Amino acid sequence: MTWFRKDRKPLATTPEKRVRTEGLWTKCEGCRNIIWKKDLEANLQVCPRCNQHFRLDARSRLQHLLDEGKYVERDATLTSTDPLDFTDVKPYRERLKKAQQATGLQDALITAEGTLGGRPVVLCAMEYGFIGGSMGAVVGEKIARAVEYSLASRRPLIIIAASGGARMMEGAVSLMQMGKIAALLAQLDEAGVPFISVLTDPTTGGVTASFAMLGDLNIAEPGALIGFAGPRVIEQTIRQKLPEGFQRSEFLLEHGMLDAIVSRKEMRDYLIRALAFMTPDVAATGA
Amino acid sequence: MDSSKPPSQAAKAVTPSEAAAPAPPRQLSPELAAAAAEAWDRVTLARHPQRPYTLDLITELFTDFTELHGDRRFGDDEAMIAGLARFQGREVLVVGQQRGRNIKEKIRRNFGSPKPEGYRKALRLMRLADKFRRPIFTFIDTQGAYPGLDAEERGQAEAIAYNLREMVRLGVPIICTITGEGGSGGALAIAMGNRVLMMENAIYSVITPEGCASIMWRDAEQRDLAAAALKLTAPELLRLGLIDGIVPEPAGGAHEDPTQAARALGAALARSLDELSPLSPAELRQHRYDRFRALGNCFTE
Repeated sequence: MTWFRKDRKPLATTPEKRVRTEGLWTKCEGCRNIIWKKDLEANLQVCPRCNQHFRLDARSRLQHLLDEGKYVERDATLTSTDPLDFTDVKPYRERLKKAQQATGLQDALITAEGTLGGRPVVLCAMEYGFIGGSMGAVVGEKIARAVEYSLASRRPLIIIAASGGARMMEGAVSLMQMGKIAALLAQLDEAGVPFISVLTDPTTGGVTASFAMLGDLNIAEPGALIGFAGPRVIEQTIRQKLPEGFQRSEFLLEHGMLDAIVSRKEMRDYLIRALAFMTPDVAATGA
Repeated sequence: MDSSKPPSQAAKAVTPSEAAAPAPPRQLSPELAAAAAEAWDRVTLARHPQRPYTLDLITELFTDFTELHGDRRFGDDEAMIAGLARFQGREVLVVGQQRGRNIKEKIRRNFGSPKPEGYRKALRLMRLADKFRRPIFTFIDTQGAYPGLDAEERGQAEAIAYNLREMVRLGVPIICTITGEGGSGGALAIAMGNRVLMMENAIYSVITPEGCASIMWRDAEQRDLAAAALKLTAPELLRLGLIDGIVPEPAGGAHEDPTQAARALGAALARSLDELSPLSPAELRQHRYDRFRALGNCFTE
């Protein structure tokens, strides 16, 4: 017999009491440390320990780069007509709709008008979350219009690339966007209006092989995958593993394909510095 | 043998026995099956081993072809040929990808897939033509720019991008023909013309059917479905407004009668050249800007 009795009440384990940890933490692929996602967000999706650059969505980029995070969007309603009526295992229209719902964008690029260090600029940012940032008729047209707007207003053009290349589901229509943009960039070049290409992870295929490599300056974030063919295709071609760091920003810099590697936190100041060189001096204010 | 395979995207050499649609039974609607078979037929014809290649066409269409070599930067790429030639008595420049017919030639020509030095050579010589006011003919037949380690190191993407932009600025007529396979950026890099023609059985696409099938279907064997979905045939591209004309081929394809095929192509080239010759350098440039600006406007506001 027990002398003392204790009321054994069941432990109150209401679900609300449990601390949810899923989705709060993430592992850095660079240093394998576990990072609190809020820290990562506050640090522009850059690992605070090893400077690994995670992918950043187009809106956050625009907000970070432009003065006071303010901008006016242009050509936001352009929507693909699915020119090939493309279907693989799923209709392209469905893929488009899903991407539109997931990102809140009509296609894989935002064109913004704003100021950078007080200087008006046209800034395009690609959204990798929209079908791999691929370039079809809408991305092509939006960039074409951005170039035309730059030409007409003489505002410098900055394009932040994040793309797997041309959009397969628009076939040769996608391919022709490369030619369209290149033709317009020839005009921008002749007019002496600055164009800075910022390459981020990843920039490959038809995007690298058109506007992303045609900047007056081509600058990249650290560790970004940049190339013409994807690493898998190259491995299949040469039938061997690729060396470590192949097609990363540092590799391209070493091979003379980039002007500089600039980390995300310094990107804004870097662009302001570069544009000061590329645009006419403003009258001295005396300050 | 590995070395006998073309270099890019898991594509296999097409032999007549392989040319038929893939074997495993699939549930396809009759329309889809017919479309896939038709598209794959074109792919097979475009890649036919006896199809006239660039040098064959040059022999048929031009006289006094004088090949010029090298990009003055790195080397000479034999997957891309260029040279002076005479076309119906007129001095012109000819540029094009070249494939090989036997193993030795295939390796020498890198299976028709140029490296950056090939694109840089092409542009160097197109600028030479511009300097001396000579029209340019380009012949496109490649599965794509070479996707290899050395090509990446030397800036394959930059070489292509630079050609796209700089070709637009040339002040002479540029007439481009997709003669076999127009493989993506590696094709477009010499196809920024005032006129872009396609041979009847040529194909022009952003990716090979095999590459598309292995990405979208996760099975390269679905290449005929991919070929149909990509709408890569000359009639489809004309319908999409991406090319300016189709050059008819003899029944059964250009390889059945290369001379007749070349004759039809020669007539089309002469017509294009006559139309473009009166234009001034500035007009030719503007014409090219306008042409590419209007391409592929497939969107709603």
